[in-house]
Amino acid sequence: MKHTLVALLRDQPGVLNRSVSLFRRRGFNIESLTVGHTETPGISRMTLVVDGDTTSVEQVIKQLYKLIDVLKVSDVSQDPNVTRDLLLVKVYAPPAKRSELMQLADIFGAKIVDVVPDAMMIELSGSPEQLDRFVDLIRPFGIRELVRTGCVAMTRGASTVSGPYQNQEFRAA
Amino acid sequence: MKTLTGAQMMCEALIAEGVDVMFGYPGGAIMPFYHALPEYPQLRHILVRHEQAAGHAAEGYARTSGKVGVCVATSGPGATNLVTAIADAMMDSIPIVAITGQVVTSLIGKDGFQETDVTGITQPITKHNYLVTDVRDLPRVFKEAFHIARTGRPGPVLIDVAKDTQNARGVFEYPESVDLPGYKPNYDGNRRQIKEAANLLNQAKKPLIMAGHGILLGHASVELREFAEKTGIPVITTLLGISCIPEDHPLSLGMPGMHGWVHVNRAIQECDVLFTIGARFDDRVTGKLDTFARNAKIIHVDIDPAEVGKNVITAVPIVGDAKRVLENLTEIVNANEHSEWLNHIRDIQATRSKRQRDPESGMFTPHHVYAEFTRIMQGEFRVCTDVGQHQMWAAQLIEYMKPHTHITSGGLGTMGFALPAAMGVQVACPNEEVWAIAGDGGFQMNLQELATVVQESLPLKICIINNGYLGMVRQWQELFHERRYSATPMWSPDFIKLADAYGIPGVRVERAEDVAEAIQQARSTNGPFLIEFVVEREVNVYPMVAPGASISDMFEDPNEVEIEDVVAVK
Repeated sequence: MKHTLVALLRDQPGVLNRSVSLFRRRGFNIESLTVGHTETPGISRMTLVVDGDTTSVEQVIKQLYKLIDVLKVSDVSQDPNVTRDLLLVKVYAPPAKRSELMQLADIFGAKIVDVVPDAMMIELSGSPEQLDRFVDLIRPFGIRELVRTGCVAMTRGASTVSGPYQNQEFRAA
Repeated sequence: MKTLTGAQMMCEALIAEGVDVMFGYPGGAIMPFYHALPEYPQLRHILVRHEQAAGHAAEGYARTSGKVGVCVATSGPGATNLVTAIADAMMDSIPIVAITGQVVTSLIGKDGFQETDVTGITQPITKHNYLVTDVRDLPRVFKEAFHIARTGRPGPVLIDVAKDTQNARGVFEYPESVDLPGYKPNYDGNRRQIKEAANLLNQAKKPLIMAGHGILLGHASVELREFAEKTGIPVITTLLGISCIPEDHPLSLGMPGMHGWVHVNRAIQECDVLFTIGARFDDRVTGKLDTFARNAKIIHVDIDPAEVGKNVITAVPIVGDAKRVLENLTEIVNANEHSEWLNHIRDIQATRSKRQRDPESGMFTPHHVYAEFTRIMQGEFRVCTDVGQHQMWAAQLIEYMKPHTHITSGGLGTMGFALPAAMGVQVACPNEEVWAIAGDGGFQMNLQELATVVQESLPLKICIINNGYLGMVRQWQELFHERRYSATPMWSPDFIKLADAYGIPGVRVERAEDVAEAIQQARSTNGPFLIEFVVEREVNVYPMVAPGASISDMFEDPNEVEIEDVVAVK
């Protein structure tokens, strides 16, 4: 089963490296991993999608917690949450195919971000499943290049993952 | 405002952390530190002959003193030579701080002379590590490093300091506390879980305590004893747990696992509650996991939450410090006795003998040596063992009476550990009798340290169990590899002459009747002494569980005397 984990990291040298090599060393399979800034300076947020049974995911969480610069790890899979992935795709699009592609993009709420005589770049953000469906639909047109960022996730409601760390001062690296 | 160099700050920080001795080896990138060192005569520096030995000596020091051990090396090869010892400390949860020099900041990443990415290399084998390139970070980093090394589940921390940072000047203000929001070890076990554990233990008919290294690391020997005595529950001790309870205690049963005793492994398989504290269910203890302690509900107490539930399914997990959890548990658990259960295990034990038939070759078995050790020393010594057959015999056959008297490389199984670790033990306990016991193979892995022993006037007693083989590998070859003795027969120099070259007196023992006298001679010698015991070449360590097999399936020594037939272990 897929689990979405959210981890808060202190911005210290090597913290990302430590986390990633921990997965390699313990033989955990990562489906996607993204890191970015948060509302608190000095804290980064890592979103991980891992495939594994509950016991091994629990081990991932415990091992992550052991890293000194990891502040918090939550498995948000079971909580109501919003999960988003971002897709950029360059599709083969001669003038005859353009309008059909634009219609499809429109249905999915995707944006055309670049057009040249025989290609088009489309941007779409959404749940990973939504992105999968869109990619399946445009595949027959001929995909030239595709990139996805991997998931970020946030639980619904007023409570936050970063709660206790929100108003603290954090030394930047 | 008065400023210090980075190197001076490092010394000041060490003093502030209560360090009085370190083991090290100078070199280019750590020279500023060594330049400052003579200004701080309260910091004793012991010059080893190889950086690996500095690491093991720091471990030996930490393993006995309960303080943080410190080792120092230069960049590149100096740092990489520390790696084995750091990995050893990581596996056995030993608090050490390793300080390495690094090339100047401008050369980092440029493949400078003697540059190695030592923080990268040691990342998976340290509890935490630092590369310091700004002198203003030094006080904080040292404060954090020592704090991380000694608290929670202890472990090694490495501090890599760029050479120009050691030379840079800054204001030294040593922080009084650390600010590590991501590091908050849990010491108090959950009250509800402790209560549940007590309930389980109160109802148990055949309970068993498995005590590990955590008892020694957490200084909980007294608490363990009180708990065992109140509940009447017998205690087994893992390899690294040995000496946490006096081995002549009526409740002490001995060691489990691959070379554990039959009665101990049988107790594990028959018990209904296995109370494990400060041990991590290593494969050498459990054997085949799905057959381990099948009849038992497992209570697991560990300070490291990641250990709980890692290898075995736990009925009651308790994350906390051994001492505190035992105190709380002893308070609420019912006083009890389990004489029927204990007698049952003792009956199994009574059918086995530790005595060996004398070999036909006329040589003697190592068992004689260990029996004499126990008889002569009466528990008044500290033993450092290496890795292999002699280590298992030392764990099985010598009786340990006081905490921290049995020091060995458990998790990593590092040959070459005994001699340098014993140096650290001797430094920590200058007035005690310290023995390094090694095989002929392991001794030769770090024998260069004889020079350190002499230079530092360490009155170490060194004992080599020489069987002319890499004995444990040979044993496996005999049992599992068609007796194909591939690369295990080993020639050795004349160890007595070798010791003599270092100015260390020694004696070679080739007859059983000379064993006791040699040990006495070593004891009465003021200063280091080396004994080489030339023993029967092909003696195996028994009992034994084959690798990957169930601990129910032990094979026993065909050469043991006075064995009564007992029903095979189910």
